Amino acid sequence: MLTMPRNDLLLFLGFAIAVLTMPIWMAPFGAAYPDLLQRFMIYGLFALGFNILFGLTGYLSFGHAAFFGVGSYAAVWSMKLLTIDALPAMIFALIISGIFALAIGYVSLRRSGIYFSILTLAFAQMSYNLAYSVLTPITNGETGLQLNINDPRYLDRMFSAATPSVPSPTMLGLPLTGFTGFYFCAGFLIIAFFIAQRITGSPFGMMLKGIKSNQTRMNYTGFNTRPYTLAAFVISGMYAGLAGSLLAITDPLAGAERMQWTASGEVVLMTILGGAGTLVGPVIGAWLIKYFENIFSAINENMLARFWDFLPDGLDHAAVVVSAKFVGEGWFLTLGLVFVLIVVFLPGGIMEGVRRIASWIDRNRKSTPKSASPKTQPAE
Amino acid sequence: MFEVIFLQFLNGLDKGAAYALIALGLTLVFGTLGVVNFAHGALFMLGAFCAVLFRQLITLETVTLDPTKLSPWGSPLEIREPLVQAWFGDFGAVLLNYSVLFSILLTIPVMLVVGIALERGIIKHFYKRPHAEQILVTFGLAIVAQELIKSFFGPNPIPQPMPTDLRGAADIGAFLGMQANVITYPIWRLIYFLFAAVIIGGVFAFLQFTTFGMVVRAGMADRETVGLLGINIDKRFTIMFGLAAVVAGMAGVMYTPLLPPNYHIGMDFLVLSFVVVVVGGMGSLPGAVAAGFLLGILQSFASMTQVKDLIPGIDQIIIYLVAVVILLVRPRGLLGRRGVMEA
Repeated sequence: MLTMPRNDLLLFLGFAIAVLTMPIWMAPFGAAYPDLLQRFMIYGLFALGFNILFGLTGYLSFGHAAFFGVGSYAAVWSMKLLTIDALPAMIFALIISGIFALAIGYVSLRRSGIYFSILTLAFAQMSYNLAYSVLTPITNGETGLQLNINDPRYLDRMFSAATPSVPSPTMLGLPLTGFTGFYFCAGFLIIAFFIAQRITGSPFGMMLKGIKSNQTRMNYTGFNTRPYTLAAFVISGMYAGLAGSLLAITDPLAGAERMQWTASGEVVLMTILGGAGTLVGPVIGAWLIKYFENIFSAINENMLARFWDFLPDGLDHAAVVVSAKFVGEGWFLTLGLVFVLIVVFLPGGIMEGVRRIASWIDRNRKSTPKSASPKTQPAE
Repeated sequence: MFEVIFLQFLNGLDKGAAYALIALGLTLVFGTLGVVNFAHGALFMLGAFCAVLFRQLITLETVTLDPTKLSPWGSPLEIREPLVQAWFGDFGAVLLNYSVLFSILLTIPVMLVVGIALERGIIKHFYKRPHAEQILVTFGLAIVAQELIKSFFGPNPIPQPMPTDLRGAADIGAFLGMQANVITYPIWRLIYFLFAAVIIGGVFAFLQFTTFGMVVRAGMADRETVGLLGINIDKRFTIMFGLAAVVAGMAGVMYTPLLPPNYHIGMDFLVLSFVVVVVGGMGSLPGAVAAGFLLGILQSFASMTQVKDLIPGIDQIIIYLVAVVILLVRPRGLLGRRGVMEA
């Protein structure tokens, strides 16, 4: 860590502090309860991993939820068969999702561009359909896989007698409920962020960015790009598996709908919204989406009526009717609109917006025009 | 045994027809504008909801109370009379019965406007952008369209009745001189297949035998040269986008009696149609149609009990499996041209 460039170290420390103090600074926003904060961490981790593939190499995977789902299933199975402890569950989930990503990546990465997207989509849909139908013995189909009082838990049995009720996941005996659960997830997000940062700055990360800029040229230069993209694919699949296992640990239930392609689409939305290719962007995108999902879907017509109260009669009623379409059940409409606007006007996401504002302030201060950072194109 | 195979073949036709129609529109958009349109499924869904809207409009009723008669629970009898029947008399009844077919008349202009507005409003700005961004923006548009529909029509499927005369099944076996009552096939599915055949034939004829179609084909082959010849190719391509939207919309309208539409019906079809397009070959119209029917029929065969016993779960994944194999073995699809999106 001491060898890190100063800016990277500052970014990392800033990120770690921001994450760890979230229960404090999220309080004014009404989001400082552990359940939501845990989801912030988990989806942040998911988006961070997705960004290693999409942001660095430009390969747009539309099937990343498959790894998320596989990680969840693996974690729940580990808690059913081995022990209720969280760490073995996560290791098991990492291994399984890594193998799964290796197999899918090996096949899918033979093609690039839209074909790659469709191959990953096809594999994810196959996993989803199979999880719903034939693989019911493993996935418990529509009901979803959950912990049971009669689970064998062989490792736990060796040390202690069976508990009278369904146990909840622990880490080394520490129950992972409430804020303990949040700090548990936050720790992994920070570690994952550190690894992602190291990857981005390493020669390997430069290679991936080179693939994004121009894969053909990389090939002509004499690099075999396939192992690099495959490595990036497997790493990002393992991130997704880790996130899935964390979700299964904080809420021990794994369902097939986590693998559906809408779930894959969601992580794409998060990454783009925040800014693909940046480190912090995808995490912020994930936080924003999860935050607004939580806030917007809780708003109802009474709250809107109070909000629009200052308008004259009749007009306020119309305002309530119109805005009601965008909140509550319809919050996804807001998300879709915001997403379209972002892609049209700000393809770099929120982080590009921040950069533009920063350079605008910079220019005003120095009144010397400064060139914008070079834009990289994804691999075609 | 022959009857069983023939029946499965028939069963695959209507689904294959739907795939082929959506894939045809997708390919038209890709071949002309070079845009990978993830919102195409949403256009299918919008078409289906044109039918729902049309039916809701014509089933508007007037309710009059008749105090002289009492309903079984003692209140004055309500006489409900559909407005169309009041206005048009017998024709109104026909209109109600055949509402699905008549709603096509509403669908065509609506979808044309939607398609052209979409192209001029947003997609126009994405020609020069990478395919990944085209996917993203059209994916966002699809979410917006489907959420709008959800907020107006609710999340539940809305069943659409088929015309009374066209319910039931046709005995195709007897028609072809085989044993009666062995091969029966719902009439509406047969109509759907014929309808799809007419539309597909119409699109091909339009491209092949009209001057407009000739220009469009030339533009697909070499857009710049056509532009240099002084032809406003962009305008024609916009119209082609509208046409693709109309084809998708009509496919949606005619599918409503078979599957009650809900807001995500388009997404369900879209994923499969993309697979169809890729299998057929990006940019190849005959490829899209052939692959649509091929995959529809394959799926129908895979859902036979005998096949399912042999390979469990095959019916769920057959289409994706075929797509993966095709993509790996023959990246430009079955009938794709050499060099078009071959990666």
